[in-house]
Amino acid sequence: MSDSLLSIKDLRVRVEEKEILHGISFDIKPGETHVVMGPNGAGKSTLGNAIMGNPSYEVTGGEIFFDGRNLLDMAVNERAKSGIYMSFQNPLEVPGVTLGNFIKTALEQRTGEHVRIWDFRKKMLQAMSVLQMDPSYAERDLNVGFSGGEKKKAEILQLMLLSPSLAILDETDSGLDVDAVRTVSEGIRAFQKNQDSALIIITHNAAILNSLHVDATHILVGGKLVRSGDASLVDEISEHGFTAYETLS
Amino acid sequence: MTEEKTYVEDIDRSLYDFRYEDKDAWKVDEGLSADIIKTISREKNDPEWMREFRLRSLEIYNRTPMVDWGPDIEGLDMKNIVTYVRPNTKMTADWEDVPETIRDTFEKLGIPQAERESLAGVGAQYDSELVYHNVKKEVAEQGVVYTDLESAMHGPYAEMIRSHFMKLVPPTDHKFAALHGAVWSGGSFVYVPPGVSVEIPLQSYFRLNAPGAGQFEHTLIIVDKGAYLHFIEGCSAPKYNIANLHAGCVELYVGEDAVLRYSTIENWSKNMYNLNTKRAKVEKGGKVEWISGSFGSHVSYLYPMSVLDGEGSRSEFTSVTFAGKGQNLDTGCKVVHNAPGTTSYVNTRSISKSGGISTFRSSVVIGNKAKNSKSAVSCQSLMLDDISRSDTIPAMDVRTDQADVGHEARIGRISDDAVFYLMSRGLSEEDARALIVSGFADNVGKELPLEYAVEMNNLIRLEMKGSIG
Repeated sequence: MSDSLLSIKDLRVRVEEKEILHGISFDIKPGETHVVMGPNGAGKSTLGNAIMGNPSYEVTGGEIFFDGRNLLDMAVNERAKSGIYMSFQNPLEVPGVTLGNFIKTALEQRTGEHVRIWDFRKKMLQAMSVLQMDPSYAERDLNVGFSGGEKKKAEILQLMLLSPSLAILDETDSGLDVDAVRTVSEGIRAFQKNQDSALIIITHNAAILNSLHVDATHILVGGKLVRSGDASLVDEISEHGFTAYETLS
Repeated sequence: MTEEKTYVEDIDRSLYDFRYEDKDAWKVDEGLSADIIKTISREKNDPEWMREFRLRSLEIYNRTPMVDWGPDIEGLDMKNIVTYVRPNTKMTADWEDVPETIRDTFEKLGIPQAERESLAGVGAQYDSELVYHNVKKEVAEQGVVYTDLESAMHGPYAEMIRSHFMKLVPPTDHKFAALHGAVWSGGSFVYVPPGVSVEIPLQSYFRLNAPGAGQFEHTLIIVDKGAYLHFIEGCSAPKYNIANLHAGCVELYVGEDAVLRYSTIENWSKNMYNLNTKRAKVEKGGKVEWISGSFGSHVSYLYPMSVLDGEGSRSEFTSVTFAGKGQNLDTGCKVVHNAPGTTSYVNTRSISKSGGISTFRSSVVIGNKAKNSKSAVSCQSLMLDDISRSDTIPAMDVRTDQADVGHEARIGRISDDAVFYLMSRGLSEEDARALIVSGFADNVGKELPLEYAVEMNNLIRLEMKGSIG
């Protein structure tokens, strides 16, 4: 228990007037990769948003501890600075700041240190080549006019450069073609090489997991964790789907 | 009790709000009379025609009613405005010769540094008179004239000035144009000869330092056939608890196939009545590009106008207006299409916050000669809270059926999702909002030279301070 990086206990979350998560609990240790799977509307994204602190998602019960600190007392940017990152399902377009400058700013916020431009640029170009992103994207306004696939790649690029201690990937594979899923998955694998970094991969598709090491799998149906297991659970879901679990919720 | 008179929000504008007491500056009495006008005229060594022009303008001023259609300007009492304040110095072309407090003011505003790094010439006005004027040798050698109007009226360009001065904006245009004609002082005269392209920008900076004063600079720019110029104007003033007035006038003459880009960032303090008139006339194949940022001032009336007089002439107008607490900024533009195949493109953004009122007013007239002309107007507003106000008043008057006109207006708020997204990357809520607002104003930001874009973003950050909770 005490060696957990993230510890979620009996978490209840409401969106507007409706309770979406009805008390879920699990723990993640440093370096672990957990997969959260479930049908549409099960509350998967709600889980990610609650951990990151999206104010539209109201935590009505339970607790989340990260690195020994009570996350629920922390503002969104404080959570980010303490080492949590979320890759958004629908990244927002922000004109006026380039992708490259934005990542540099975020890195400076996180570390509190001035980032040296040349070292940073070199790392960024390396990461972009892993993601098969044209370097010109670094000079373009953040996500503005990016295709769906490029937006997702830009999220993974941020993941690689910010190296958080916990990353939540919210449906990073949705809307991507087979090749893009493989490329993005390369980026995630590069991130996994960082021994202490933990991952929560939220998905309803096993394809993105093919080349990734997975430590635990959680099945979320109707706002409850109906089963947790190891990596083999992913294959079971791929074969049989969620129908067997829907009656359990 | 004295505090209630100030409209100024308690944010740190110290970058602009420093001020020096000018005990030895010379001023005329407050208010307006023929005697005051004659004194100004004598002080300025006007040629006879200008002296008469001033007195005639005063008559027009006296019989023209106050504007009654825009923001309230009752707090502006002309009886209390000092129309002419001469700093105790002569104009020079060497910063070393500028008195220390004045030089220090411009140093703080970054003008000498910008001149060294990125400008072809600089004029700096302090209250009513220019204190510094210089143009790079290479530019002067191309035949480019960049000087103050006062001395130019006595030189080889005297006739050119006489035939252009307040011909685009006659004193009969409105009450404050008449006022300007009567008391104008300072500003710039620029002439770019045919075919000359001025590669780096010229800049004038206007600083109004004296409390209760008016600034009435006149900018006259003539860009001859096939020439190119980028002219930048910057303005600022420290805050006082009494009203200041700015009623400048800008006249731009764009010759055949010439291009003039005119950029301004106006950053007046929040006791300022900014009643500025700007107008351009564009000949065949020429183009005027307005880039305009309006920050600060208590009340602004600002509608730069383009008269597209020559076939195929074009106008582009790009602006951003930011109205905060106690501010009522009425801005926009006018375009008159007078010839066939003319094009106008208007792209404006307005931001209102903490009870500020931002009104976009535009008028596009397509005359019956202006066949095959095109006009596209797009205005977007961003309201940062529920107590602010944003209005859009677009007018179009199309007198030919062979014209293509379009208008698009949008109003919005900062999306919570966008703030959450930026915060999830470690930005504070304040920084996240400032970044989004800067992005919204990027239509202007990306058209400005880098150092001005940076300054504009600093202004936005300043305005956004303390906007949470």
